Amino acid sequence: MTLGHDTRRLLAGPTLDGDPERYPAHIARLGALRAGAADRDIIGSLEASGLLGRGGAGFPVGRKWRALADRGGKSSAVVVANGAEGEPASHKDRILMAHRPHLVIDGAILAAEAIGADEIVFYVGREHEAALSAMKSAIAERKADLGRRAKLVQAPLGYVAGEATAVVNAINTGKGKPTTVPPRVSERGVGKKPTLVQNVESLAYAALIARYGDAWYRTAGRLGSKGTALVTVSGAVKDAGVWEIELGTPVGEVAEEAGATVARTRAVLLGGYFGTWANASDAWALPMDPATMKSAGLAFGCGLLWLLPTASCGVWATAQIMEYLADASAAQCGPCLFGLRAIADANTRLAAGRPTAGDLALIERLIPQTVGRGACHHPDGAVQLMASALHVFGEDFAHHARTGVCLVTSTPTGVR
Amino acid sequence: MDRRPKELKPTGLKLRIDWILCDGYSLCSPEAPDVIDLDEWGYPIIRPGPIAECELKDAKRAVGACPMSALSLVPLDFDKRS
Ligand SMILES: Cc1cc2nc3c(=O)[nH]c(=O)nc-3n(C[C@H](O)[C@H](O)[C@H](O)COP(=O)(O)O)c2cc1C
Ligand code: SF4
Ligand code: SF4
Repeated sequence: MTLGHDTRRLLAGPTLDGDPERYPAHIARLGALRAGAADRDIIGSLEASGLLGRGGAGFPVGRKWRALADRGGKSSAVVVANGAEGEPASHKDRILMAHRPHLVIDGAILAAEAIGADEIVFYVGREHEAALSAMKSAIAERKADLGRRAKLVQAPLGYVAGEATAVVNAINTGKGKPTTVPPRVSERGVGKKPTLVQNVESLAYAALIARYGDAWYRTAGRLGSKGTALVTVSGAVKDAGVWEIELGTPVGEVAEEAGATVARTRAVLLGGYFGTWANASDAWALPMDPATMKSAGLAFGCGLLWLLPTASCGVWATAQIMEYLADASAAQCGPCLFGLRAIADANTRLAAGRPTAGDLALIERLIPQTVGRGACHHPDGAVQLMASALHVFGEDFAHHARTGVCLVTSTPTGVR
Repeated sequence: MDRRPKELKPTGLKLRIDWILCDGYSLCSPEAPDVIDLDEWGYPIIRPGPIAECELKDAKRAVGACPMSALSLVPLDFDKRS
Protein backbone atom coordinates (compact mmCIF):
# COMPACT_ATOMS: atom_id res chain seq x y z
CA MET A 1 0.00 0.00 0.00
CA THR A 2 1.49 3.30 -0.92
CA LEU A 3 -1.05 5.79 0.47
CA GLY A 4 -0.30 9.05 -1.32
CA HIS A 5 3.36 9.21 -2.18
CA ASP A 6 5.36 6.03 -1.95
CA THR A 7 7.00 5.89 1.45
CA ARG A 8 7.88 2.24 1.57
CA ARG A 9 11.13 1.85 3.39
CA LEU A 10 11.32 -1.51 5.14
CA LEU A 11 9.49 -3.05 2.20
CA ALA A 12 11.01 -0.90 -0.55
CA GLY A 13 12.61 -2.87 -3.37
CA PRO A 14 11.36 -6.02 -5.05
CA THR A 15 7.73 -7.07 -4.62
CA LEU A 16 6.75 -9.53 -1.92
CA ASP A 17 5.60 -12.31 -4.23
CA GLY A 18 9.15 -13.37 -5.06
CA ASP A 19 12.11 -14.87 -3.23
CA PRO A 20 13.97 -13.31 -0.31
CA GLU A 21 16.24 -10.46 -1.34
CA ARG A 22 19.77 -11.83 -1.68
CA TYR A 23 22.80 -10.03 -0.32
CA PRO A 24 24.15 -8.67 -3.64
CA ALA A 25 20.73 -7.17 -4.43
CA HIS A 26 20.45 -5.76 -0.91
CA ILE A 27 23.82 -3.99 -1.23
CA ALA A 28 23.09 -2.81 -4.75
CA ARG A 29 19.88 -1.22 -3.50
CA LEU A 30 20.98 0.21 -0.13
CA GLY A 31 24.75 0.20 -0.11
CA ALA A 32 26.89 -1.72 2.34
CA LEU A 33 26.24 -1.10 6.00
CA ARG A 34 29.61 0.53 6.69
CA ALA A 35 29.16 3.35 4.22
CA GLY A 36 27.87 6.23 6.33
CA ALA A 37 27.23 4.16 9.42
CA ALA A 38 30.84 4.26 10.55
CA ASP A 39 30.84 7.92 11.52
CA ARG A 40 27.23 8.14 12.60
CA ASP A 41 26.46 8.07 16.31
CA ILE A 42 23.91 5.33 15.87
CA ILE A 43 22.52 5.40 19.41
CA GLY A 44 22.12 9.17 19.24
CA SER A 45 20.41 8.86 15.87
CA LEU A 46 18.01 6.23 17.16
CA GLU A 47 17.16 8.39 20.16
CA ALA A 48 16.62 11.46 18.00
CA SER A 49 14.52 9.51 15.50
CA GLY A 50 11.91 8.61 18.12
CA LEU A 51 11.79 5.01 16.85
CA LEU A 52 9.70 2.85 19.18
CA GLY A 53 10.00 -0.92 19.53
CA ARG A 54 7.73 -2.86 17.19
CA GLY A 55 7.30 -6.02 19.27
CA GLY A 56 4.25 -4.67 21.09
CA ALA A 57 5.33 -2.66 24.10
CA GLY A 58 6.55 0.38 22.16
CA PHE A 59 9.64 1.12 24.26
CA PRO A 60 12.08 3.65 22.70
CA VAL A 61 14.78 1.71 20.82
CA GLY A 62 17.58 4.26 21.34
CA ARG A 63 17.03 4.38 25.08
CA LYS A 64 17.26 0.59 25.29
CA TRP A 65 20.55 0.50 23.37
CA ARG A 66 21.92 3.38 25.47
CA ALA A 67 21.13 1.61 28.73
CA LEU A 68 22.97 -1.49 27.59
CA ALA A 69 25.90 0.44 26.13
CA ASP A 70 26.31 2.30 29.43
CA ARG A 71 26.27 -0.82 31.57
CA GLY A 72 28.99 -1.01 34.14
CA GLY A 73 31.81 -3.53 33.99
CA LYS A 74 33.43 -5.05 30.98
CA SER A 75 31.16 -8.02 30.51
CA SER A 76 30.31 -8.86 26.94
CA ALA A 77 26.69 -8.82 25.89
CA VAL A 78 24.28 -10.59 23.55
CA VAL A 79 21.87 -9.30 20.91
CA VAL A 80 18.72 -11.28 20.21
CA ALA A 81 16.67 -10.51 17.12
CA ASN A 82 13.16 -11.47 18.22
CA GLY A 83 11.34 -13.02 15.29
CA ALA A 84 9.13 -15.37 17.28
CA GLU A 85 5.91 -13.65 16.20
CA GLY A 86 3.72 -15.93 18.26
CA GLU A 87 0.72 -13.64 17.70
CA PRO A 88 -1.40 -15.69 15.28
CA ALA A 89 -3.10 -12.74 13.60
CA SER A 90 0.13 -10.83 12.96
CA HIS A 91 2.28 -11.63 9.94
CA LYS A 92 4.55 -8.63 9.60
CA ASP A 93 7.65 -10.11 11.23
CA ARG A 94 7.55 -13.33 9.26
CA ILE A 95 7.03 -11.38 6.01
CA LEU A 96 9.90 -9.05 6.83
CA MET A 97 12.28 -11.92 7.61
CA ALA A 98 11.15 -13.91 4.58
CA HIS A 99 11.71 -11.02 2.16
CA ARG A 100 14.26 -8.61 3.69
CA PRO A 101 16.43 -10.85 5.87
CA HIS A 102 19.53 -8.71 5.32
CA LEU A 103 17.91 -5.64 6.87
CA VAL A 104 17.33 -7.64 10.04
CA ILE A 105 20.92 -8.91 9.99
CA ASP A 106 22.28 -5.39 9.40
CA GLY A 107 20.32 -4.15 12.40
CA ALA A 108 21.56 -6.94 14.63
CA ILE A 109 25.18 -6.29 13.64
CA LEU A 110 24.76 -2.57 14.37
CA ALA A 111 23.22 -3.31 17.74
CA ALA A 112 26.02 -5.71 18.61
CA GLU A 113 28.63 -3.09 17.76
CA ALA A 114 26.78 -0.32 19.57
CA ILE A 115 26.36 -2.18 22.85
CA GLY A 116 29.54 -4.27 22.75
CA ALA A 117 27.98 -7.68 22.14
CA ASP A 118 29.99 -10.64 20.94
CA GLU A 119 27.03 -12.91 20.25
CA ILE A 120 23.98 -12.52 18.04
CA VAL A 121 21.01 -14.85 18.17
CA PHE A 122 18.35 -14.81 15.47
CA TYR A 123 15.30 -16.20 17.22
CA VAL A 124 12.73 -17.22 14.63
CA GLY A 125 9.36 -18.91 15.17
CA ARG A 126 9.71 -22.55 14.11
CA GLU A 127 6.34 -22.42 12.35
CA HIS A 128 7.44 -19.56 10.07
CA GLU A 129 9.00 -21.76 7.41
CA ALA A 130 9.67 -19.16 4.73
CA ALA A 131 11.19 -16.79 7.30
CA LEU A 132 13.36 -19.55 8.73
CA SER A 133 14.79 -20.60 5.41
CA ALA A 134 15.35 -17.00 4.28
CA MET A 135 17.15 -16.14 7.51
CA LYS A 136 19.22 -19.32 7.30
CA SER A 137 20.49 -18.62 3.80
CA ALA A 138 20.98 -14.92 4.53
CA ILE A 139 23.09 -15.70 7.60
CA ALA A 140 25.19 -18.03 5.44
CA GLU A 141 25.64 -15.24 2.87
CA ARG A 142 26.93 -12.95 5.62
CA LYS A 143 29.69 -15.21 6.95
CA ALA A 144 32.26 -12.48 6.41
CA ASP A 145 30.34 -9.99 8.56
CA LEU A 146 29.04 -12.36 11.18
CA GLY A 147 31.91 -14.79 11.59
CA ARG A 148 31.22 -17.24 14.37
CA ARG A 149 29.27 -14.88 16.54
CA ALA A 150 25.80 -15.54 15.09
CA LYS A 151 23.42 -18.43 15.43
CA LEU A 152 19.83 -19.12 14.55
CA VAL A 153 17.56 -20.58 17.22
CA GLN A 154 14.08 -21.80 16.42
CA ALA A 155 11.51 -20.39 18.83
CA PRO A 156 9.24 -22.97 20.45
CA LEU A 157 5.59 -22.79 19.44
CA GLY A 158 3.25 -20.67 21.50
CA TYR A 159 2.18 -17.14 22.17
CA VAL A 160 4.39 -16.54 25.20
CA ALA A 161 7.60 -17.87 23.62
CA GLY A 162 8.20 -14.37 22.20
CA GLU A 163 8.10 -12.65 25.59
CA ALA A 164 11.59 -11.35 26.43
CA THR A 165 12.33 -13.60 29.43
CA ALA A 166 10.87 -16.60 27.59
CA VAL A 167 13.09 -15.79 24.61
CA VAL A 168 16.18 -15.89 26.81
CA ASN A 169 14.95 -19.02 28.61
CA ALA A 170 14.34 -20.78 25.28
CA ILE A 171 17.81 -19.93 24.04
CA ASN A 172 19.39 -21.02 27.33
CA THR A 173 17.35 -24.13 28.11
CA GLY A 174 15.03 -24.86 25.19
CA LYS A 175 11.94 -24.04 27.29
CA GLY A 176 9.95 -21.13 25.91
CA LYS A 177 8.41 -20.11 29.23
CA PRO A 178 8.85 -16.74 30.93
CA THR A 179 10.99 -16.42 34.04
CA THR A 180 10.65 -14.19 37.07
CA VAL A 181 11.92 -10.60 36.89
CA PRO A 182 14.39 -9.57 38.29
CA PRO A 183 16.84 -10.45 36.95
CA ARG A 184 15.94 -8.50 33.83
CA VAL A 185 17.30 -9.84 30.57
CA SER A 186 19.33 -6.63 30.17
CA GLU A 187 21.20 -7.61 33.33
CA ARG A 188 21.34 -11.37 33.07
CA GLY A 189 20.12 -12.96 29.88
CA VAL A 190 21.54 -15.37 27.30
CA GLY A 191 24.45 -17.28 28.87
CA LYS A 192 23.97 -15.02 31.93
CA LYS A 193 25.22 -12.06 29.89
CA PRO A 194 23.44 -8.71 29.57
CA THR A 195 21.08 -9.18 26.63
CA LEU A 196 19.30 -6.86 24.23
CA VAL A 197 16.07 -8.47 23.04
CA GLN A 198 14.79 -6.46 20.11
CA ASN A 199 11.99 -7.10 17.66
CA VAL A 200 13.15 -7.83 14.09
CA GLU A 201 11.26 -4.85 12.63
CA SER A 202 12.89 -2.53 15.17
CA LEU A 203 16.31 -3.86 14.12
CA ALA A 204 15.54 -3.55 10.41
CA TYR A 205 14.59 0.08 10.93
CA ALA A 206 17.81 0.73 12.84
CA ALA A 207 19.68 -0.48 9.75
CA LEU A 208 17.94 2.19 7.66
CA ILE A 209 18.42 4.96 10.21
CA ALA A 210 22.13 4.08 10.34
CA ARG A 211 22.31 4.70 6.59
CA TYR A 212 20.06 7.73 6.23
CA GLY A 213 19.85 9.38 9.65
CA ASP A 214 17.19 10.42 12.09
CA ALA A 215 16.07 13.48 10.12
CA TRP A 216 15.31 11.18 7.20
CA TYR A 217 13.28 8.89 9.50
CA ARG A 218 11.05 11.79 10.46
CA THR A 219 10.34 12.89 6.89
CA ALA A 220 7.66 10.21 6.65
CA GLY A 221 4.54 10.23 8.79
CA ARG A 222 1.23 12.04 8.81
CA LEU A 223 -0.77 14.25 11.17
CA GLY A 224 2.29 14.94 13.29
CA SER A 225 3.40 11.30 13.50
CA LYS A 226 6.89 10.33 12.37
CA GLY A 227 8.10 7.33 10.42
CA THR A 228 6.49 4.29 8.84
CA ALA A 229 5.51 0.92 10.25
CA LEU A 230 4.54 -2.54 9.14
CA VAL A 231 0.93 -3.46 9.81
CA THR A 232 -1.04 -6.63 9.30
CA VAL A 233 -4.54 -6.05 7.94
CA SER A 234 -6.89 -9.03 8.14
CA GLY A 235 -10.36 -10.26 8.94
CA ALA A 236 -13.21 -8.84 6.86
CA VAL A 237 -11.11 -7.33 4.06
CA LYS A 238 -10.53 -8.33 0.45
CA ASP A 239 -6.77 -7.77 0.45
CA ALA A 240 -5.59 -9.14 3.75
CA GLY A 241 -1.85 -8.88 4.16
CA VAL A 242 1.11 -6.95 5.44
CA TRP A 243 1.42 -3.32 4.45
CA GLU A 244 3.86 -0.56 5.23
CA ILE A 245 2.05 2.60 6.25
CA GLU A 246 3.08 6.06 7.29
CA LEU A 247 2.45 6.37 11.00
CA GLY A 248 -0.53 8.61 11.55
CA THR A 249 -2.50 7.16 8.64
CA PRO A 250 -6.13 6.83 9.75
CA VAL A 251 -7.41 3.33 10.46
CA GLY A 252 -10.20 3.75 7.90
CA GLU A 253 -7.83 4.72 5.14
CA VAL A 254 -5.73 1.61 5.72
CA ALA A 255 -8.84 -0.56 5.91
CA GLU A 256 -10.36 0.90 2.74
CA GLU A 257 -7.12 0.46 0.84
CA ALA A 258 -7.39 -3.22 1.76
CA GLY A 259 -10.97 -3.33 0.48
CA ALA A 260 -13.08 -2.75 3.61
CA THR A 261 -15.88 -0.23 4.16
CA VAL A 262 -17.02 1.28 7.43
CA ALA A 263 -20.62 0.34 6.62
CA ARG A 264 -19.71 -3.32 6.52
CA THR A 265 -17.40 -3.25 9.55
CA ARG A 266 -18.75 -3.67 13.05
CA ALA A 267 -15.54 -3.25 15.01
CA VAL A 268 -11.77 -3.37 14.66
CA LEU A 269 -9.25 -5.21 16.78
CA LEU A 270 -6.20 -3.01 17.15
CA GLY A 271 -2.72 -3.97 18.29
CA GLY A 272 -3.03 -7.75 18.51
CA TYR A 273 -4.70 -10.29 20.77
CA PHE A 274 -3.27 -8.16 23.60
CA GLY A 275 -4.82 -5.11 22.03
CA THR A 276 -8.21 -3.49 22.16
CA TRP A 277 -11.50 -3.59 20.33
CA ALA A 278 -12.92 -0.32 19.02
CA ASN A 279 -16.18 0.47 17.24
CA ALA A 280 -15.52 0.81 13.53
CA SER A 281 -17.25 4.19 13.40
CA ASP A 282 -15.13 5.52 16.29
CA ALA A 283 -11.89 4.07 15.01
CA TRP A 284 -12.20 4.96 11.31
CA ALA A 285 -10.65 8.43 11.70
CA LEU A 286 -8.15 7.35 14.33
CA PRO A 287 -4.51 7.82 13.29
CA MET A 288 -2.48 4.63 13.54
CA ASP A 289 0.27 5.85 15.79
CA PRO A 290 1.48 4.47 19.15
CA ALA A 291 1.21 7.74 21.10
CA THR A 292 -2.15 8.84 19.68
CA MET A 293 -3.66 5.41 20.15
CA LYS A 294 -2.39 5.15 23.70
CA SER A 295 -3.93 8.47 24.67
CA ALA A 296 -7.23 7.20 23.24
CA GLY A 297 -6.96 4.15 25.49
CA LEU A 298 -6.13 1.95 22.50
CA ALA A 299 -3.01 0.11 21.45
CA PHE A 300 -0.81 0.13 18.35
CA GLY A 301 0.89 -2.97 19.73
CA CYS A 302 2.34 -5.12 16.95
CA GLY A 303 0.47 -3.17 14.25
CA LEU A 304 -2.51 -5.47 13.84
CA LEU A 305 -5.70 -4.20 12.27
CA TRP A 306 -8.32 -6.96 12.26
CA LEU A 307 -11.82 -6.21 11.04
CA LEU A 308 -15.02 -7.75 12.38
CA PRO A 309 -17.83 -7.59 9.80
CA THR A 310 -21.26 -6.21 10.74
CA ALA A 311 -22.81 -9.65 10.37
CA SER A 312 -20.57 -11.16 13.05
CA CYS A 313 -20.87 -11.42 16.78
CA GLY A 314 -18.30 -9.67 18.96
CA VAL A 315 -19.08 -11.94 21.90
CA TRP A 316 -18.21 -14.94 19.77
CA ALA A 317 -15.09 -13.37 18.27
CA THR A 318 -13.83 -12.40 21.72
CA ALA A 319 -14.52 -15.90 23.05
CA GLN A 320 -12.29 -17.33 20.31
CA ILE A 321 -9.46 -15.02 21.31
CA MET A 322 -9.89 -15.53 25.06
CA GLU A 323 -9.88 -19.31 24.55
CA TYR A 324 -6.65 -18.96 22.62
CA LEU A 325 -5.04 -16.73 25.26
CA ALA A 326 -6.16 -18.95 28.16
CA ASP A 327 -4.64 -21.96 26.39
CA ALA A 328 -1.50 -19.93 25.71
CA SER A 329 -0.82 -19.37 29.41
CA ALA A 330 2.49 -20.97 30.27
CA ALA A 331 0.61 -22.45 33.27
CA GLN A 332 3.27 -21.36 35.72
CA CYS A 333 1.30 -18.74 37.65
CA GLY A 334 -2.02 -19.52 39.34
CA PRO A 335 -3.90 -16.29 38.64
CA CYS A 336 -2.97 -16.45 34.93
CA LEU A 337 -3.75 -20.15 34.56
CA PHE A 338 -7.03 -20.20 36.52
CA GLY A 339 -8.12 -16.60 35.95
CA LEU A 340 -7.83 -16.61 32.16
CA ARG A 341 -9.41 -20.06 31.98
CA ALA A 342 -12.39 -18.91 34.09
CA ILE A 343 -12.83 -15.78 31.96
CA ALA A 344 -12.60 -17.75 28.71
CA ASP A 345 -15.07 -20.39 29.95
CA ALA A 346 -17.60 -17.74 30.96
CA ASN A 347 -17.17 -15.90 27.67
CA THR A 348 -17.62 -19.13 25.72
CA ARG A 349 -20.79 -20.05 27.65
CA LEU A 350 -22.16 -16.59 26.88
CA ALA A 351 -21.22 -16.83 23.22
CA ALA A 352 -22.60 -20.34 22.81
CA GLY A 353 -26.04 -19.55 24.21
CA ARG A 354 -25.68 -21.45 27.47
CA PRO A 355 -24.86 -18.74 29.99
CA THR A 356 -25.01 -19.47 33.70
CA ALA A 357 -26.20 -16.76 36.08
CA GLY A 358 -23.35 -14.51 37.04
CA ASP A 359 -21.11 -15.19 34.05
CA LEU A 360 -20.92 -11.54 33.08
CA ALA A 361 -20.35 -10.44 36.68
CA LEU A 362 -17.63 -13.06 37.00
CA ILE A 363 -15.80 -11.68 33.98
CA GLU A 364 -16.17 -8.12 35.28
CA ARG A 365 -14.75 -9.10 38.65
CA LEU A 366 -11.86 -11.17 37.30
CA ILE A 367 -10.57 -8.47 34.93
CA PRO A 368 -9.15 -6.15 37.60
CA GLN A 369 -8.32 -9.07 39.88
CA THR A 370 -6.05 -10.68 37.30
CA VAL A 371 -3.99 -7.62 36.30
CA GLY A 372 -0.35 -7.74 37.36
CA ARG A 373 -0.57 -11.18 38.94
CA GLY A 374 1.78 -13.19 36.77
CA ALA A 375 5.49 -13.49 36.13
CA CYS A 376 4.99 -11.89 32.71
CA HIS A 377 2.45 -9.51 31.20
CA HIS A 378 0.43 -12.23 29.49
CA PRO A 379 -2.55 -11.98 31.87
CA ASP A 380 -2.46 -8.17 31.70
CA GLY A 381 -2.71 -8.14 27.92
CA ALA A 382 -5.43 -10.77 27.90
CA VAL A 383 -7.72 -8.97 30.35
CA GLN A 384 -7.15 -5.66 28.56
CA LEU A 385 -8.63 -7.26 25.44
CA MET A 386 -11.53 -8.64 27.49
CA ALA A 387 -12.22 -5.25 29.11
CA SER A 388 -12.34 -3.56 25.71
CA ALA A 389 -14.77 -6.23 24.48
CA LEU A 390 -17.18 -5.50 27.34
CA HIS A 391 -16.92 -1.84 26.46
CA VAL A 392 -17.45 -2.15 22.69
CA PHE A 393 -19.85 -5.11 22.70
CA GLY A 394 -21.52 -4.30 26.03
CA GLU A 395 -25.05 -4.52 24.63
CA ASP A 396 -24.27 -7.81 22.92
CA PHE A 397 -22.81 -9.32 26.08
CA ALA A 398 -25.86 -8.19 28.08
CA HIS A 399 -28.24 -9.66 25.49
CA HIS A 400 -26.38 -12.97 25.36
CA ALA A 401 -26.43 -13.12 29.17
CA ARG A 402 -30.12 -12.27 29.45
CA THR A 403 -31.60 -14.25 26.59
CA GLY A 404 -29.03 -16.78 25.49
CA VAL A 405 -29.50 -15.50 21.96
CA CYS A 406 -27.21 -13.37 19.82
CA LEU A 407 -28.26 -9.82 18.92
CA VAL A 408 -26.49 -9.93 15.58
CA THR A 409 -27.17 -13.40 14.26
CA SER A 410 -30.36 -14.21 16.24
CA THR A 411 -29.02 -17.68 16.92
CA PRO A 412 -28.03 -19.09 20.29
CA THR A 413 -24.47 -19.67 19.16
CA GLY A 414 -23.35 -16.33 17.83
CA VAL A 415 -22.36 -17.93 14.51
CA ARG A 416 -24.62 -18.15 11.55
CA MET B 1 7.89 16.42 56.56
CA ASP B 2 5.42 13.58 56.81
CA ARG B 3 3.02 14.47 59.62
CA ARG B 4 1.06 11.24 59.53
CA PRO B 5 1.14 9.23 62.76
CA LYS B 6 4.21 7.02 62.81
CA GLU B 7 2.26 3.80 62.41
CA LEU B 8 0.66 4.89 59.10
CA LYS B 9 3.90 5.99 57.48
CA PRO B 10 4.79 4.04 54.36
CA THR B 11 7.98 2.03 54.64
CA GLY B 12 9.15 2.20 51.02
CA LEU B 13 8.75 -1.55 50.89
CA LYS B 14 6.09 -3.71 49.31
CA LEU B 15 5.18 -7.35 49.38
CA ARG B 16 6.07 -9.14 46.21
CA ILE B 17 5.13 -12.57 45.00
CA ASP B 18 7.19 -14.74 42.75
CA TRP B 19 4.20 -16.09 40.84
CA ILE B 20 6.12 -19.00 39.40
CA LEU B 21 7.08 -20.21 42.89
CA CYS B 22 3.72 -19.51 44.55
CA ASP B 23 1.61 -22.65 44.70
CA GLY B 24 -1.47 -21.15 46.30
CA TYR B 25 -1.01 -22.77 49.69
CA SER B 26 -2.70 -19.72 51.26
CA LEU B 27 -0.54 -19.78 54.39
CA CYS B 28 0.48 -16.14 53.95
CA SER B 29 -2.88 -14.41 54.17
CA PRO B 30 -3.84 -15.33 57.78
CA GLU B 31 -0.55 -13.83 58.98
CA ALA B 32 -1.27 -10.43 57.41
CA PRO B 33 -5.00 -10.28 56.66
CA ASP B 34 -5.01 -6.49 56.25
CA VAL B 35 -2.49 -6.67 53.44
CA ILE B 36 -2.99 -10.09 51.85
CA ASP B 37 -6.36 -11.32 50.63
CA LEU B 38 -6.95 -14.58 48.76
CA ASP B 39 -8.66 -15.22 45.46
CA GLU B 40 -11.05 -18.12 44.85
CA TRP B 41 -8.15 -20.42 44.00
CA GLY B 42 -6.17 -19.63 47.15
CA TYR B 43 -3.65 -17.32 45.49
CA PRO B 44 -2.76 -14.13 47.30
CA ILE B 45 -4.06 -10.69 46.36
CA ILE B 46 -1.73 -8.06 47.73
CA ARG B 47 -3.24 -4.71 48.59
CA PRO B 48 -1.49 -2.21 46.31
CA GLY B 49 0.97 0.37 47.57
CA PRO B 50 3.70 0.35 50.19
CA ILE B 51 3.50 -1.44 53.50
CA ALA B 52 2.89 0.95 56.40
CA GLU B 53 5.12 0.78 59.46
CA CYS B 54 2.34 -0.70 61.56
CA GLU B 55 1.90 -3.51 59.03
CA LEU B 56 5.55 -4.44 58.78
CA LYS B 57 5.49 -7.04 61.53
CA ASP B 58 2.57 -8.89 59.96
CA ALA B 59 4.15 -8.68 56.53
CA LYS B 60 7.36 -10.20 57.82
CA ARG B 61 5.44 -13.01 59.48
CA ALA B 62 3.66 -13.73 56.21
CA VAL B 63 6.99 -13.87 54.41
CA GLY B 64 8.23 -16.36 56.98
CA ALA B 65 5.09 -18.47 56.68
CA CYS B 66 5.34 -19.08 52.96
CA PRO B 67 6.53 -22.64 52.35
CA MET B 68 7.65 -21.86 48.81
CA SER B 69 9.73 -18.78 49.63
CA ALA B 70 7.52 -17.06 47.08
CA LEU B 71 6.84 -14.00 49.19
CA SER B 72 9.35 -11.23 49.92
CA LEU B 73 9.57 -7.63 51.11
CA VAL B 74 11.23 -5.52 48.44
CA PRO B 75 11.71 -1.85 47.48
CA LEU B 76 8.79 -0.40 45.52
CA ASP B 77 10.58 -0.38 42.14
CA PHE B 78 12.16 -3.81 42.59
CA ASP B 79 10.49 -5.68 39.72
CA LYS B 80 10.32 -2.96 37.09
CA ARG B 81 10.77 -4.75 33.76
CA SER B 82 12.70 -2.15 31.77
C1 LIG C 1 3.16 -12.84 26.10
C2 LIG C 1 4.07 -11.96 25.29
C3 LIG C 1 4.45 -12.37 24.02
C4 LIG C 1 5.33 -11.61 23.25
N1 LIG C 1 5.67 -12.03 22.00
C5 LIG C 1 6.53 -11.28 21.24
C6 LIG C 1 6.91 -11.71 19.92
O1 LIG C 1 6.47 -12.75 19.43
N2 LIG C 1 7.78 -10.93 19.22
C7 LIG C 1 8.30 -9.76 19.75
O2 LIG C 1 9.09 -9.10 19.08
N3 LIG C 1 7.95 -9.34 20.98
C8 LIG C 1 7.09 -10.07 21.74
N4 LIG C 1 6.76 -9.65 23.00
C9 LIG C 1 7.41 -8.42 23.52
C10 LIG C 1 8.80 -8.77 24.08
O3 LIG C 1 8.66 -9.10 25.45
C11 LIG C 1 9.78 -7.58 23.98
O4 LIG C 1 9.18 -6.46 24.59
C12 LIG C 1 10.15 -7.21 22.56
O5 LIG C 1 10.64 -8.32 21.82
C13 LIG C 1 11.21 -6.12 22.58
O6 LIG C 1 11.45 -5.64 21.28
P1 LIG C 1 11.03 -4.18 20.81
O7 LIG C 1 11.42 -3.23 21.95
O8 LIG C 1 11.80 -3.95 19.58
O9 LIG C 1 9.56 -4.19 20.61
C14 LIG C 1 5.85 -10.39 23.78
C15 LIG C 1 5.46 -9.98 25.06
C16 LIG C 1 4.57 -10.73 25.81
C17 LIG C 1 4.16 -10.25 27.18
S1 SF4 D 1 1.85 -14.96 33.73
FE1 SF4 D 1 0.97 -16.67 32.57
S2 SF4 D 1 2.10 -16.72 30.64
FE2 SF4 D 1 3.28 -15.42 32.06
S3 SF4 D 1 4.75 -16.82 33.03
FE3 SF4 D 1 2.95 -16.80 34.34
S4 SF4 D 1 1.66 -18.49 33.63
FE4 SF4 D 1 3.17 -18.09 32.04
S1 SF4 E 1 2.03 -18.85 51.36
FE1 SF4 E 1 3.44 -18.57 49.65
S2 SF4 E 1 2.92 -20.21 48.21
FE2 SF4 E 1 1.22 -20.00 49.64
S3 SF4 E 1 -0.21 -18.60 48.66
FE3 SF4 E 1 1.06 -17.37 49.99
S4 SF4 E 1 2.74 -16.71 48.65
FE4 SF4 E 1 1.75 -18.40 47.60
